[in-house]
Amino acid sequence: MRYLLLIYGDEKAFAGLPAKELEGVLSDFQAYTASVKEAGAHIASQRLRPASTATSVRVRGGKKLITDGPFAETKEQLGGFYMIEAKDLDEAVAWAAKIPGARYGTIEVRPIWEM
Amino acid sequence: MVLARDEVEAVFRREHGLIMAALVRTTGGDFDAAEDALQDAFARALETWPRDGVPLRAAAWLTAVARNAATDRARRERVLEKKLAARPEPEVMAVPESDEVEDDRLRLIFTCCHPAIELESRVALTLRTLGGLTTAEVARAFLVPEAAMAQRLVRVKKKIREAGIPYVVPALDVLAERLEGVLAVVYLIFNEGYAATAGDEHVRRELCAEARRLGELLSEQLPSEPEVLGLLALMTLHDARRAARVDARGELVLLEDQDRSLWDRAGIELGLALLDRAFALRRASGPYVIQAAIAAVHARAARAGDTDWEEIAGLYAELVKRVEGPVVALNHAVAVAMAHGPEAGLERLALLEEDLESYHLFHAARADLLRRLGRREESAVAYRAAIALTANQAERRFLERRLREVTS
Repeated sequence: MRYLLLIYGDEKAFAGLPAKELEGVLSDFQAYTASVKEAGAHIASQRLRPASTATSVRVRGGKKLITDGPFAETKEQLGGFYMIEAKDLDEAVAWAAKIPGARYGTIEVRPIWEM
Repeated sequence: MVLARDEVEAVFRREHGLIMAALVRTTGGDFDAAEDALQDAFARALETWPRDGVPLRAAAWLTAVARNAATDRARRERVLEKKLAARPEPEVMAVPESDEVEDDRLRLIFTCCHPAIELESRVALTLRTLGGLTTAEVARAFLVPEAAMAQRLVRVKKKIREAGIPYVVPALDVLAERLEGVLAVVYLIFNEGYAATAGDEHVRRELCAEARRLGELLSEQLPSEPEVLGLLALMTLHDARRAARVDARGELVLLEDQDRSLWDRAGIELGLALLDRAFALRRASGPYVIQAAIAAVHARAARAGDTDWEEIAGLYAELVKRVEGPVVALNHAVAVAMAHGPEAGLERLALLEEDLESYHLFHAARADLLRRLGRREESAVAYRAAIALTANQAERRFLERRLREVTS
């Protein structure tokens, strides 16, 4: 099965990290990505620009409504994702728990709706 | 031979978990398909058993018939989907010669109690699939409308299927952590039947019995897990005191006031033996083993006055280190009061006040200690606080009786 692992975290706290610590987290992420690839479970992964750069789009009655900001203002924001191949939810959760961001924020595990 | 419907139902209920477990495997984790197939087998049993008698290997018979039904249904669905008329007939499975139905119940319980499922749904699904309770019975046990329970069960089965919750016993490195979740579900089922004073008495007994059956199943399959034995011992010891817990008018009777001749001695011996087996495994004691050890100290005291409160206070001190939450800290304070006097207990309670001031049992415990010290006015204030915070009718009546005692 394919799963999307969505990484939520407090952007402000993350941005406030001392340079040294930030470097450490980023290199942890690199090591993690490498380990997912090595296991053959990696499909895609990206880091996102902060939620302050987000634009939300809705179409109502044929009219396009554009607003500044993310879908919902929350304490933790979507900061990136991994798409992985896993045998079942247990395997997906095991990968999610290893994401460095899991130590600070929350990883949401979502199965892909296969067509 | 004439066989009544409820006799067929009794066999069906007893073997439900075992057969469902085998079927969920056959259907590749599809709970709905497994349930449908089991219903087919039930219908077939109702047709043939009254005529031919109950087969010697009833579980194996039902499993084989249900497996055939599942294969049949799957084939029919494929036919519908692809609009293909010609398909090979499904292989008809014979009833196996041996009495064995492969026991997949352990997998099933780990799937039903998966941490990715909301706790209440875990409990409901476990009762439905392993316990064979009907949706109506599960709904009644939790005092929710049947339609709401049916919907909850549909949602949880959908999550299992779509999120890919596996049908496996977890690997050793996560077994202990996952087992904790399973034991919590079993204990919740037991407590729902034991501690609640509302609801249908028959359903509540059934819940306790089901929890103990699940505990036994786990202890057979995981014989070297002390916490499994600890939980089973704890439930067995509690259940042995059931008859003394409520008086003829349905009022709660405190442990110290219970008529101990009503305790089920055989049940107590069984509970104590289970606890000894847990200790014999010589592993660090977990919360269920400690709670069972506390229940065992009470069970061994022939009279309330003989209770070894020193030992109980010591056990609670260990339990507090392992279990968070108000109930344990409160019980620890009460045990200290019993071992070292009400003043010592009040001192401990004072430390908990900030966390527990909205918890009725905190005020009830305080009221009781103040009453024992003859500080009647303060005691009455605390009883009133407790009464204002409790929703349970039997508890409220008990507290009101006590309040009248200290104000008369």
